[in-house]
Amino acid sequence: MIPSLPRPVWLRALNTLYIVAFLIFLFLPLLTVAAFAFNDAPYPAPPWHGFTLDWFFGDEASGRIGLFHDSELLDSILTSGLVAAWVTALSVTVGTTNAFLMERARFPGRQALSVLMLVPLVIPGVILGISILAFASRLAEFADSTFGWDVEFLRPGLPLVVVGQFSYIAAIATLTISARLKRFDRTLEEAAFNLGATRVAVLWHITLPYLRPAMIGSAVIAFLMSFENFNTTLMLVGADTPLTILMYGRMREGATPVLNAVSLFLMVASAILALSLMRRSENKVE
Amino acid sequence: MTDAGPLWMRRLLLGLLLAPALLWLFLLIVLPHLDLALVSFRERVAPREYVTSLAQYRTFFIEPLYWQIFVRTAILSVIATAVTLVVAFPVAWTIAKIARGRSAALLFMVCLIPFWVSETVRTLGWMILLRESGVMPALLVKLGLVASPPELLYHDATILVGLVYTSLLFMMVPLVSSLESLDNALIEAAYDLGASGFTVLRTIVIPHAAPGITAGCIVVFMLTLGNYLTPNLLGGTSSQWFTEQIYNQFITRFNWEQGAAFGFLLLALSTGMVWLGLKASGQRFADVMQRA
Repeated sequence: MIPSLPRPVWLRALNTLYIVAFLIFLFLPLLTVAAFAFNDAPYPAPPWHGFTLDWFFGDEASGRIGLFHDSELLDSILTSGLVAAWVTALSVTVGTTNAFLMERARFPGRQALSVLMLVPLVIPGVILGISILAFASRLAEFADSTFGWDVEFLRPGLPLVVVGQFSYIAAIATLTISARLKRFDRTLEEAAFNLGATRVAVLWHITLPYLRPAMIGSAVIAFLMSFENFNTTLMLVGADTPLTILMYGRMREGATPVLNAVSLFLMVASAILALSLMRRSENKVE
Repeated sequence: MTDAGPLWMRRLLLGLLLAPALLWLFLLIVLPHLDLALVSFRERVAPREYVTSLAQYRTFFIEPLYWQIFVRTAILSVIATAVTLVVAFPVAWTIAKIARGRSAALLFMVCLIPFWVSETVRTLGWMILLRESGVMPALLVKLGLVASPPELLYHDATILVGLVYTSLLFMMVPLVSSLESLDNALIEAAYDLGASGFTVLRTIVIPHAAPGITAGCIVVFMLTLGNYLTPNLLGGTSSQWFTEQIYNQFITRFNWEQGAAFGFLLLALSTGMVWLGLKASGQRFADVMQRA
C-alpha cells in the first residue's frame, strides 16, 4: 500500500479508477453550472442550443437580462460584500485580541474560556440565527417599552446578519491566529526589549508582522465564509438580500441561466482567492 | 505581553484583551441561548401574556409529524456521515500514503478547490444535473436505458448525495492529517510479519487515524444535521428536514415558542452525538476541534 510495498496491478488500477471517479464526482456539478451559463436557451437545461454571452451582457432590448444588467443580483453582490467586509474586520480584530488573551495572559477561568470559544463551532447555524434573532428582539422590546426608543439595528437586517455570522467566524479566526502565536519564538521579543524597544514598538515591528500570514489567511477565510453563509443569514435577513439568499429564492422558482453566470463569477473569484492564499503559504514554507 | 510592567498596567491590558472575548461570547452566544431557552419554556395564553410551561416540548412528542421528522433527520445524518467517511477514506489514504511529494499535494489541492465555492452554487449544479429536464435524465434516455426522463430530484438518495458532497471537505482534511502522521514502517513491519491488508487496516491504520476519523465524523454530522439548503432544494417538499421545521415555526408562522423548543431539541441531539463521539473515542473536545 505504501511505496515500499509491492502492490498488485489490479489494486493499483482500481485505486486510480476510484480517484478519477471521485474527481469527476467533485467537479461535475461545477462544470455543469459553468457550461450552462453559455447555453443559448431560456432555462439551464439540455439540449445544447449554441453559445451565447447573453446571460452576462444581455439587457432588456435582447429580452434576456444578463448578470451585468440584473440590478437585483448586482445589488445583492454588493450587499454580501459589505456584510463580508464587516464580518472580516470584526473577526480578525477579535481573533487577534483573543490570540493574545489565550496565549499570553494568565487569569482564572482561562481554561473554561478557551473551551467556550470553541462552542460556536458546534452550534448549528440555524440555531445561532434564531437565538440572536430572539435575543435582539427582546432587547429591542426592552428599549422600546422602557425608553421609547426604536432601535432599528436590532430588527432583522444587515447589522444582525453581520453579528450572526461574526458569532462563529470569530471562533475560526481565533483558532487560526492563536495557532501561529503559539509557535512564536519569544526570545525575539526579549531581544527587542533588551535593545530598548518599547512595548508598542515590539508589538508593531516584531509580533504583528509575524502574525500577518495568519491574519491574512483568516481574513480570506472569514470573507469567503461570510459571503457564502446561508443558514444563519436566512434567519436574520431583512429587506436587503445577500446573494446566497437571493439565489436560493430564485432557484426555488426555476431561474434563468443568469444564475449560472453569477455562479461562474463566484467560482472564478473564489478560485483566485484560494490559489493566491495557497501560493502565499507555499512561499512561506520555502 | 501581560507579564511585565506595573500591576495596574497588566490589569488594564488584561481587561482590554478580555473585553472583546467576553462581549462576543456573552452577548452573542451565552445570553441569546439562555433567552432562547426561556422562550421555549413559555406558552402564550393570551395576546402578550405568557406562562411558564412545557407545552412546546409536549407538542413535539404528541405530534407524530414532528418527532418523525426529527428521527428521520438524525438517521439520514448518521447515514450521510458514514457514507462520507467511506467515500473519503480511500482518497485520503491515496493522498497521505500512495501519491508522493508534489502529486500528493496537487491531488489534495484539487480535492479542496470545489469547497471554496458556495454551497448554493454546488446545489444549483446538482439541480441542473438531476432534475427531470436535466442532464442526467437526458443522458439516460439517450443511452436507451429508460424510455422517458426520470425525476432524479426529490428522493432521499438525492438528499444523501448532496449532503455527502458538501461534507467531503470536512472529512478529508482531518483524515489526511491523521494518516500522514502514521509511520510507514509500522505498516511494513505488519506486512513482513504476514498480516493481511484487512488486518493492517483494522489493527494499525484505523486505531492510529481514530482521532482524525472522530473529528471528521463529528463535524460532518453536525453540519449535516444543521443543513438547510441542500435537503430543502434537493429534497423539495419531501425533504422533511428538521431545520425546515424550525424555520417554519420561527419565520413563517411566527410561533417563536415552538421554534425555540425545536431549536433546543436539535441542539441537544447535535451536542449529544458530539459527546457520544468523544466518549467512544476517548478524546477531548478541544483537541478534536483544533484538529478539524
